[in-house]
Amino acid sequence: MSTWEIVIFTLIKILVIFTIMMLTVSYLVYFERRISAWTQNRLGPNRVGWEGVLQPFADVFKLLLKEDIVPEQAEKKIHSLAPVIALFVAFTTYAVIPIGPSFNFFDYNISLVVADVNMGILYVLALTSLGVYAITLAGWSSGSKYSLLGGIRSSAQMISYEISMGFSVGGVILLSESLRPIAIVESQGLWMWNAWIQPIGFITFLVSAFAETNRLPFDLPEAEPELVGGFHTEYSSMKFAGFFLAEYANMIISSALIITLYLGGYQIPFIDITTLGLAHWFEVLIYITAFFFKMGALLFFFLWVRWTIPRFRYDQLMNLGWKVMFPLALLNIIWVAVLIMVFNL
Amino acid sequence: MQIPIEYYLILSAFMFIMGIVGVLTRRNAIIVFMSIELMLNSANLTFVAFASYMGNTIGQLFVFFVMAVAAAEAAIGLAIILALFRNKMTLNIDEVNILKW
Amino acid sequence: MSLEIILFVILGGVAAVTSVIVITRPNPIISALFLVLNFASLAGLYLLLNAQFIAVAQVIVYAGAIMVLFLFVIMLLRPGNEEKIFSRNPVVKIIASIVAGVVFLQIVYMIFFTSPSNSVTGEVSASVNAGTVEAIGRELFTNYILPFEAAGFLLLAAAIGALVLAKKKFE
Repeated sequence: MSTWEIVIFTLIKILVIFTIMMLTVSYLVYFERRISAWTQNRLGPNRVGWEGVLQPFADVFKLLLKEDIVPEQAEKKIHSLAPVIALFVAFTTYAVIPIGPSFNFFDYNISLVVADVNMGILYVLALTSLGVYAITLAGWSSGSKYSLLGGIRSSAQMISYEISMGFSVGGVILLSESLRPIAIVESQGLWMWNAWIQPIGFITFLVSAFAETNRLPFDLPEAEPELVGGFHTEYSSMKFAGFFLAEYANMIISSALIITLYLGGYQIPFIDITTLGLAHWFEVLIYITAFFFKMGALLFFFLWVRWTIPRFRYDQLMNLGWKVMFPLALLNIIWVAVLIMVFNL
Repeated sequence: MQIPIEYYLILSAFMFIMGIVGVLTRRNAIIVFMSIELMLNSANLTFVAFASYMGNTIGQLFVFFVMAVAAAEAAIGLAIILALFRNKMTLNIDEVNILKW
Repeated sequence: MSLEIILFVILGGVAAVTSVIVITRPNPIISALFLVLNFASLAGLYLLLNAQFIAVAQVIVYAGAIMVLFLFVIMLLRPGNEEKIFSRNPVVKIIASIVAGVVFLQIVYMIFFTSPSNSVTGEVSASVNAGTVEAIGRELFTNYILPFEAAGFLLLAAAIGALVLAKKKFE
């Protein structure tokens, strides 16, 4: 492929992924509200369109039309910069996650990932480590004590859980012997998913992912009863929408990452569909469907946990991160190393 | 690689000098500390530039170790600054000129 | 004008300008933010030099951990009234700047005098493979295993030391 063709294909991929992300994010918000209503025996939004399916668009218009209030005490520039960082980090992370295998399109071999980087996992870790800035800066620049408390909490929380996240990924990398997401997916094969081989690592990664996305039970940075709204107390209109979108985009990315690392990516368990003799495009379609099916299941899990488990206390959160999750992640690395030594995996 | 290595070296030297100026002129302990990080990073840039132009890995390993040292230094230094602030309520390093209290 | 020169000018310019801003802002948070930008542009320069692993490590370690720690401490302490400290001692500042300028000219003179581009002899194409995780890992766990372990001990000691120093003393 020539340079121009690569550029064009990459742009198309970015556009497609971006559209999918935006649609998923807006409908995730809708489903969150419906599922919370269902959990609490309410109705939830059901007025706009059939069963409320147009609610996301109504929300977006409402937020667009609201007045943008910047507090007197705020550092204006950083106040506006923070949601931009949040969105940037949330959307660029998706670049390295494969949603399907590569396929042949006329004369071109197209892989279903925006950037097939050979250190994709490190790229993801680097970007998630930048995500702290958005919340910390939002908290600091608002010039309000609630925001500041939320910001300080989030920086401590996200640094702490980043460590156990990194160590859990270590176990996966040991097995796959590569940092490329596609290679990691393919190394898991049909049924040898990392979630079965290293369940401890799977659990530590899952918990860390909840903490990194600031979802309940770890949403201390925005704990409503104590901190009003936490780091986004002073945000309104589109800036608030930025944080809102980023939070849900982060959920999508976390679940995509969990699928890639632990749940076999786009592969279907036990059934080798290449032996079924299907058309090439149909196989690819099945793979993509499998990926999005897993993603939907995980996202439902995220929502389910939110409306089931109460919030942790701050010291409990730190204890869990440092005294439970971190040693468990280390244990997981030893477990994987022993497996490799004994079974030559 | 078409650009001569001198470009990288001069950029690195400039950043190092800025670090020195920061350490010499600023009195805020945290900013002095950040200037030191700036100097460490300029040295890293030189290491990586030479490693890359000579086509070997060893310069990059040194950068790796410098990063480890910088992380250790940041942890200890910031802990010292915290303890200092708790005792003297100041970050001005000119006011912290006695060896004991 | 090749792509490489354009990228170098952009990234190097950002690095140079932000390094000036870091040491001239009275507000430490603004300084810290520009330092993050400086580190990010350095990571870009490392990518330009084919040092992929170091570039990512730069973002993870410096931007993701060290600078967040700085921000955390600044926000925790909330140092007030920086302007007063900032505008003190103009004479010292002028002298320091002159000294620094002289040193800088000296270094530049040395760089051109010795012309290091004649003495770098290695294969430039080899640097593509030299910067990968595999190459660095192999070197790190064979020839440099002792410094690696020493760095690990250093970090352990630093963690314990930081805990001891920053722990609140209850009397």
